[in-house]
Amino acid sequence: MGGLGAVYQKELSDNFSSFRFVILFALIAMVSFIISYMAGVSLKENLEGIAKPKFVFLMLFSAKGALFSLVEFVAVFGPLIGLVLGFDAINGERAHGTLVKLVSQPIYRDAVINGKFLAGATTIAVLVVSIVLVISGFGLALVGVVPGVEEILRLAIYAGISIFYISFWLGLSILFSIAFRSVATSFLASVALWIFLSFFISLGASVLANSIAPVEKREGADPETVIANSQIKEGVSLISPMFIYSNATATIVDPMRKTTKSLVLMGPMEQISSSRFQSPLSLGQSIVVVYPHLVALIAISLICFAVSYWVFMMQEIRT
Amino acid sequence: METQAVIQTTELTKRYDHQTAVDRLNFQVMEGEIFGFLGPNGAGKTTTLLMLLGLSRPSEGGARVCGLDPERKAMEVKRIVGYLPENVGFYGDMDAVQSLRYVADLNRIPVREAEDRIREVLKLVGLTENGGKKVSAYSRGMKQRLGIAEVLLKDPKVMFLDEPTLGLDPDGAVRLIELIQSLNQERKITVLLSSHHLQQVQKISHRVGIMIKGRMVAEGSIEALAREKFGVGDEKFTLEEIYMKYFQEV
Repeated sequence: MGGLGAVYQKELSDNFSSFRFVILFALIAMVSFIISYMAGVSLKENLEGIAKPKFVFLMLFSAKGALFSLVEFVAVFGPLIGLVLGFDAINGERAHGTLVKLVSQPIYRDAVINGKFLAGATTIAVLVVSIVLVISGFGLALVGVVPGVEEILRLAIYAGISIFYISFWLGLSILFSIAFRSVATSFLASVALWIFLSFFISLGASVLANSIAPVEKREGADPETVIANSQIKEGVSLISPMFIYSNATATIVDPMRKTTKSLVLMGPMEQISSSRFQSPLSLGQSIVVVYPHLVALIAISLICFAVSYWVFMMQEIRT
Repeated sequence: METQAVIQTTELTKRYDHQTAVDRLNFQVMEGEIFGFLGPNGAGKTTTLLMLLGLSRPSEGGARVCGLDPERKAMEVKRIVGYLPENVGFYGDMDAVQSLRYVADLNRIPVREAEDRIREVLKLVGLTENGGKKVSAYSRGMKQRLGIAEVLLKDPKVMFLDEPTLGLDPDGAVRLIELIQSLNQERKITVLLSSHHLQQVQKISHRVGIMIKGRMVAEGSIEALAREKFGVGDEKFTLEEIYMKYFQEV
């Protein structure tokens, strides 16, 4: 494979033994624990004395504890894992003077970047899967409900989406590590983009929506303006991978969610008729609802990696 | 036995956006010789070496390394050429043996064979006792030795050594130069050596080339160059004098 295996192995062992990974993993494992504990305890209280609803197990992941649910937490802080694993991938080697030495060995140049990306993605996969498993086990003991086949499938899909989502940020930080010579610059740039895409886009979306289609008060507003407002808001928010990811995973983890849309306008008769069908969506239907989101997420991670690949291959190897 | 050219360039040229780094370069390095590759900083020596390794694409012209075109057969060329870059770096958290193991992996040397070879090259460069020490604790001279050990691991036919003596103390530089000479004599490795330590280069080089502003202004044995510049092929002219003469003329 032209050196891919050797680079992959080395990077993987570097990832797992590096201090920053241990710190990050400890942090994320701790927060996940706390969140699932809070969710678990409140679930247990609420479940006492009533017939168990379907999909209790998934609520461990989707129920809000004191602050936010696990799914939301991964959406906001998952990208940090990707960024931390990749921000010095190439310029770090350059700064240490090891890049030229590496590519002067009989390997293909792309083995360096492929190996680094694959090792990072593997690390992310191990991390996500272990967090999901730990919380499942924890929840099993706490709530005392055994997950069904569908719940396990949903969790597997959730883990898969999360891996792609975090890998997108890995690809992005690798791209910055190729584009910028300085490690500090590439880290700041990727953090800045993370903050922009994750927090400011949603702010900007509502500002834009309110200036184009202002909705003063909910009651008595023109329905078309309300729809326009909501559409603009959602359209702008879709720029943010976090928005795509949260919508996709919330629907996958919560079968009661039937649409990714935040605004649903229904007449009174429609409400009555739809309330007769308050049963959860089947897994297949949940996937159909978020299919565009899934494709978009996979596409942006692949495009991001493809761009870094191309830039790296075209770049002069010398500083 | 007729010696062959191991490295041959024809009109090798590298242009960046605004400047020409290497300008229609023609030179040869013969099998089994130590070729002193001299020139001021920024003359285009490293760029030339990168093109010979297929790591940088020539704008015009071409080169042959052991009969192979580095542009098309980069993998084959990199398999037989060991390159020690200027200011070579190491992964600070690895020790010398781990570092060498990684290089062995990259060269796809089977594990068992690699262990033997690692021991052998560490002994050759005199680092056996420091094999388990983290590279970040190495002195500059030890790092250069480790760099040469990494190059030797792949059992190269040709070595490109880019400023291996830079920043070494006089004693370290002399010992490194002696090591290079013994490798050339005992293992029959052709060496392309770029260095500013002209005295040392003079001691071990069979031939030298002087590169200034992207052009090879002189190529040949030291006697031949002395004859050309001073009219006498005498041993009394040092390489330094010859070099300065060429440098002032350009």
